[in-house]
Amino acid sequence: MSVTGGALIEVRDLKKHFPIKQGIVIQRQIGAVKAVDGVSFDVHRGETLGLVGETGCGKSTTARLLVHLLVPTAGQVIFDGHDINTLGRDALKSLRREMQMIFQDPYSSLNPRKTVGSIIAEPFAVHGLLKGEGERKKRVQELMDRVGLNPEHYNRYPHEFSGGQRQRIGVARAIALEPKLLVADEPVSALDVSIQAQVLNLLRELQRDLGLTLIFIAHDLSVVRHMCDRVAVMYLGKIAELAPSDQLYGFPRHPYTGALLSAVPVPDPRGGKRERQLLTGDVPSPANPPRACRFHTRCPKAQQVCSEVEPVLEDKGTGSLAACHFPLTIEEVRLRLPNALAVPDQASSAAASSDNGGAAAGVPASTSGVPGSSPLPDSSSSST
Amino acid sequence: MSEPLLEVKDLRVRFHTEDGVVHAVDGISYSIEKGKTLGIVGESGSGKSVSSLTTLGLTRRFRASIDGQILFGGRDLVSMPEDQLRKIRGNDIAMIFQDPLSSLHPFYKVGKQLMEAVLIHRPVGRAAAHARAVELLELVGIPDPKTRVNQFPHEFSGGMRQRVMIAMALANEPKLLIADEPTTALDVTVQAQILALLQDLQQRLGMAIIIITHDLGVVAEISDDIAVMYAGRIVERADTESIFTRPQHPYTWGLLKSIPLLTSPRDEELVPIAGRPPSLINRPSGCFFHPRCPYVREEHKRVDPRLAPVPDSPGHSVACLLSPGVRTQIWQGLEAGRQPEELRHEYVEAPAVPAGAGVAAPGVAASGAGVASSGAAVTGVATTEVTTTDGADAGQEDES
Repeated sequence: MSVTGGALIEVRDLKKHFPIKQGIVIQRQIGAVKAVDGVSFDVHRGETLGLVGETGCGKSTTARLLVHLLVPTAGQVIFDGHDINTLGRDALKSLRREMQMIFQDPYSSLNPRKTVGSIIAEPFAVHGLLKGEGERKKRVQELMDRVGLNPEHYNRYPHEFSGGQRQRIGVARAIALEPKLLVADEPVSALDVSIQAQVLNLLRELQRDLGLTLIFIAHDLSVVRHMCDRVAVMYLGKIAELAPSDQLYGFPRHPYTGALLSAVPVPDPRGGKRERQLLTGDVPSPANPPRACRFHTRCPKAQQVCSEVEPVLEDKGTGSLAACHFPLTIEEVRLRLPNALAVPDQASSAAASSDNGGAAAGVPASTSGVPGSSPLPDSSSSST
Repeated sequence: MSEPLLEVKDLRVRFHTEDGVVHAVDGISYSIEKGKTLGIVGESGSGKSVSSLTTLGLTRRFRASIDGQILFGGRDLVSMPEDQLRKIRGNDIAMIFQDPLSSLHPFYKVGKQLMEAVLIHRPVGRAAAHARAVELLELVGIPDPKTRVNQFPHEFSGGMRQRVMIAMALANEPKLLIADEPTTALDVTVQAQILALLQDLQQRLGMAIIIITHDLGVVAEISDDIAVMYAGRIVERADTESIFTRPQHPYTWGLLKSIPLLTSPRDEELVPIAGRPPSLINRPSGCFFHPRCPYVREEHKRVDPRLAPVPDSPGHSVACLLSPGVRTQIWQGLEAGRQPEELRHEYVEAPAVPAGAGVAAPGVAASGAGVASSGAAVTGVATTEVTTTDGADAGQEDES
């Protein structure tokens, strides 16, 4: 992973450990919750990067570290060439204009005693911009209009708005300073299904129009696929797999990604009943994660080496980075994840982009990629 | 299977509040047979939870008024006195709630809470109840049940707590299990485990399940039949396959088209449902969905549709004023990735140029001809009776 010119953010071996303390007066540390434990990735300008994983995998902590709402235990976050952890207060404050966040709960992230107008104008007040009353109001109303709120509702209070509209207020506040980066932490999971699409469409539209870089965190894999160019799958504070969306959903390499995808219920009974690859048990405690590969306790492919040697995140020959000793092969994906390969184009593109798959050229680029019907070569899986 | 296990007939639940009367459930009817699964789908505030709580007699609050019948084994649960209802609740009909943490008592060991469920309904001793508690934990797949039975809820993870809730519900081998958003608070991996568990238990114990959720994926996996609720009413009801392959109600279309699917093209635009769910105090006139419906006609704002059978789709009914032919055409258009506005222009707004529509879509000439006739005729079979009874009915309730 060399530093690319297009990277807005470079994350290097980022760690956040929350101490577990014991004692009432004299506290001593008896352990640490390793919420984020050594993640490295780049975020390219203008892209949408998704972070997915189960509860407690560290995705929200990672997001908060990126915008410096939390101070990391170790590692670097380089934003636009500046290491944000070494910046002084003033420099950090001006850099904060470039990065904004949208929170999950539109009910608790807006001050109930302030009008919508003053909530959206808050960033201007904080940064001492648009000092004139009329000027500021005009800009706020432009923003309200931009996110689909009625500008006449400038003087209303948050409780007068529905959940979806409140999330729009949060979005207006986040884009007020024209940031380069927007971090959306579960922006739609508190909303009704019919409202979710409104907010998702708004985010996509804003990203396109304003050239935003978006980090999108969600536990809903279908939503992440819809929104993101690249996706990082996290497990117990580490990145298990990082790949372009089509790749990740079409040909997952890490068994954990495979298990997540296989668990998604498909709202289409025509697909027939699938043989699910069910993960047994729960996520182990991040205070005491398993040794070596953290997934080995639940992994269907785990072998001796998985509990001894920690796998590194590396290219598995299909353009996907995965941290696994025994990545899934195309046959396994075909068997266990018929819906992944049922996605048009992806099976063939995944196989075709495989570096070592000389035979992959022979794969007909059929758009129908129906499981079992496409004659995928046996040798298309990369050798480890 | 002729005799339904549970039959809900024209159930109405109203809450009298300071702001007015909340019509939480407004005349719903459904039935479920032994061993079957019914999915009730809807947004928050659509009345889906209230209707199930009423089945268990849990809405009998002092400001609620309940009309209609809930027949369970031939006996009406609505008019049943509380002491008799207690014998059924948790015994013949059991419920699983959304949030397992707040549904378990934090102060008591899991075993004690499980034993309570057994002891209330069975004449057994404590030792036998304890053995049953261990057995139940084992049944729902909790490892090492003998140790776990002596632990507190906080020592269990979210998925495990939901398993405990299921174990508690199954304590007396209920004939009917009502699961209210049983997996909403859980991760997908755990959700898959819980759904598989419910299906497995259903097969082994032969109980009927009513699953209430907003997640169409979940109901598609688990249900035999689906009822879609909107603003306190069932707007569409059919077997699962029909709901997904031949949905009839614009709200159902909205739900299906507003969620991204793993199987749809990645760059496909989502089609959100405009607006938001209506207030159940001041409900819209006419069709309750009309303020959000892209295919609304002027008369839809006055006429209140009632659930009526869908032609050529047995067991399928819908409450919609559009004609069956138009509905089929619009759904086919949506499936082909067309936008609602476009379809509205073609099939709803311009009924005066039926020839074009008929020609454009060959094989639907008959329904095209239907479009040609006046609005009243278009609404057709479904609503003739409605205009007389229900339209008036809804209007009056709103005014009062």
